Amino acid sequence: MTAATQATDRRGGAGAVSAARQPAPVELTFAGALNAALAHSLEDHEEVVIFGEDVGTLGGVFRVTDGLAATYGRQRCFDTPLAESGIVGTAVGMAINGMRPAVEMQFDAFAYPAFEQVASHLAKMGNRTRGRVRLPVTVRIPYGGGVGGVEHHCDSSEAYYAHTPGLKVYVPATVEDAYLMLREAIDSDDPVVFFEPKKLYWSKADLDVGRLRSRYDGGERREGRAAVVRAGTDLTLVTYGPSLPTALKAAQAAEEEGVSVEVVDLRSIVPLDDVTVCASVERTGRALVVAEAQGFASVAAELVARIQERCFHSLASPVLRVTGFDIPYPAPRLEQYHLPSVDRILDAIDDMQWED
Amino acid sequence: MSESIDIPAGPPIPPAQEDLTPIERVSARMGISPEDYMLPAEREIRMLSPDGTLLPAEEQGTGPGHEYPVPGDDLLLEAYEQLIVGRRVNDQNTALVRQGRLAVYPSSHGQEACQVAAALCLDEGDWLFPTYRDTVAVIARGVDPLEVMVSFRGDWHCGYDPLEHRVGAQATPLTTQLLHAVGAAHAAVLRGEDTVVLAMCGDGATSEGDFHEALNFAAVFRLPVVFLVQNNGYAISVPLARQSAAPTLAHKAVGYGMAGERVDGNDLVAVLAALRRAVQLARSERTPLLVEAHTYRMQAHTNADDDTRYREREEVRQWAEKDPVLRMEAYLRSRGVLDDDAATRITGNAEAVAAALRQAMNAEAEPDPLEMFDHVYTEPTAQLRQQRDRLMEELAAESAADSPDAQEDAR
Ligand SMILES: Cc1ncc(C[n+]2csc(CCOP(=O)(O)OP(=O)(O)O)c2C)c(N)n1
Ligand SMILES: [Mg+2]
Repeated sequence: MTAATQATDRRGGAGAVSAARQPAPVELTFAGALNAALAHSLEDHEEVVIFGEDVGTLGGVFRVTDGLAATYGRQRCFDTPLAESGIVGTAVGMAINGMRPAVEMQFDAFAYPAFEQVASHLAKMGNRTRGRVRLPVTVRIPYGGGVGGVEHHCDSSEAYYAHTPGLKVYVPATVEDAYLMLREAIDSDDPVVFFEPKKLYWSKADLDVGRLRSRYDGGERREGRAAVVRAGTDLTLVTYGPSLPTALKAAQAAEEEGVSVEVVDLRSIVPLDDVTVCASVERTGRALVVAEAQGFASVAAELVARIQERCFHSLASPVLRVTGFDIPYPAPRLEQYHLPSVDRILDAIDDMQWED
Repeated sequence: MSESIDIPAGPPIPPAQEDLTPIERVSARMGISPEDYMLPAEREIRMLSPDGTLLPAEEQGTGPGHEYPVPGDDLLLEAYEQLIVGRRVNDQNTALVRQGRLAVYPSSHGQEACQVAAALCLDEGDWLFPTYRDTVAVIARGVDPLEVMVSFRGDWHCGYDPLEHRVGAQATPLTTQLLHAVGAAHAAVLRGEDTVVLAMCGDGATSEGDFHEALNFAAVFRLPVVFLVQNNGYAISVPLARQSAAPTLAHKAVGYGMAGERVDGNDLVAVLAALRRAVQLARSERTPLLVEAHTYRMQAHTNADDDTRYREREEVRQWAEKDPVLRMEAYLRSRGVLDDDAATRITGNAEAVAAALRQAMNAEAEPDPLEMFDHVYTEPTAQLRQQRDRLMEELAAESAADSPDAQEDAR
């Protein structure tokens, strides 16, 4: 079974287009929050258009665009031919000519055909034209593993994009951030690569979509604002996206073993809030970075380097990281050995220097 | 027969005809089969012989569904003036490269008829998406030559405002700009505007994936995009036979469900006629078209290239005889449209453009290194601000060390 069919099976319920009509508070899924954010962006800005593969009639293989074509019309949300470079390349052209496209890549690894358009144009046009042409394009990418997906459906490709100056890279990890950050991505005048952790699509929170909308309208923003999602005193665990729930579980388990772990969720990789990260590390004196992507030349590597450069005198232990191995993403029956687990995080915590 | 598509009915297509594809609609009106409409005419469209005489109508390569009226004299004279300016710009820039004043210049010497026609076939509200080779087209569209040269001089990647002139930044990654053209056209159609977008690429570039994706998107979404392929026979050193086994590049249109046409790219009258009709059809029928202009790059690919390694001098000499400038001049003189006075005025204008280029490019460039950080994002990130500050300190230290006082102290 592919991740896509799982998506259909597990999700079952309606998107937020219909969720919005239900009385509050309701259980909102991550996918539903994204759906609501797209719907509200379409409502608030006539220049917003949504397109990609299967996003129209089907509502996307993860149903994130469920109901949008029917509700807002096929000129606002439509299927394209199967051509990822075409999707991003025409989004660039649309943005040059006044639109605000939010496009979907069907899966992480299927965004690679679009990489030339992303790296050579989406990222560079503003700089190339001295700020005269800004490209307010959002590229949504369902990403990461943990859903039993087959090859090409589980990559953590954020480092490619984070390494490309000119792009913003958002990695929401909670239902509320899914909504707020997708609104923010679409409203951003800079291009945003928006990573949606596949394994969190069906995570839920008791949230009222209308409330979320007014919070966004009231100015609540997430970009470049890392969140201390759990307070602690002995160690700072820095993470983002799909690894946040694992990190929180590990922090809970560590607490039971007598180690107080502070957890920082980056929310956006670019821009990076290293101020919040470093302030926390300076308080706790130890840092552990957890991310699902392979560790070599990764976002985790950047974080370790930065913490070491900036917090050296506060550190009581080397900065460590727990990441995926440096292997192509493994087959479904092997992924459990690859992904950062609670145990592996606890082992890393043990490996830190603890004596004074 | 066609599936309904995700495009509003809107003007200019009468609602009753919305369910016909553009190919069905246009070919039916012309009284020919869809295939005959899509396939290029048997021969390339040509109006002037190499010596500048107007060919008889039956020798122009035109036929039912492939009719190309000769443009009026006023337009032809305007085009001729741009042709002379374009040739002068090419040669001035080539000289400036040799003198070390420019970082690079891909000259379109020999291809100026295509360049000029690409600009003149468009209305003000239309869009042009050019390549690195299409400097003359960008200038003919009205962009200040000095702004265009900012990139070739090496001061910044693009020196003009694409939005002001509706000219995309000259694109280097091959055929990526065709998708931008398609997206720009899609945006216009969604807003109900009747904008046409003209997108340019070379013969070698037609092998790129984005060429395929762009033509396919344009046809599927029925977008008013004219794709102009300047077939100059080579992609740097590689001849066309190594790029494509298609009968002609214009034939590629058929596979996408659009019409293709071939034109003599060194005959300004013919290129202008072909592109004007393509633009008019694109606008009125909201359909993409492909025009292949057969031409030749008389100089090396860029100043860094040595074309003696891959093409015979005899071939180059033969193409010199088909020069677009001589041909157009002979024709306009024979029609009495161009006399000595007009010729003198036009040469003077071209000379003035060249002089301005010389003056500007010979002045010392002083790009501001700190600007490198300013446009990456709408607001620089904290990290970029820190890096900018560091460079600023380096620059300040350097200039302090260079100041007369410091040098005095050093002594
Ligand atoms: C994607 C990409 N690959 C390679 C190049 C390097 N390159 C620049 S021009 C060129 C030849 C293009 O030939 P053609 O499309 O015929 O245009 P011409 O230069 O003849 O005008 C190549 C290979 C590039 N600019 N972009
Ligand atoms: Mg060529």
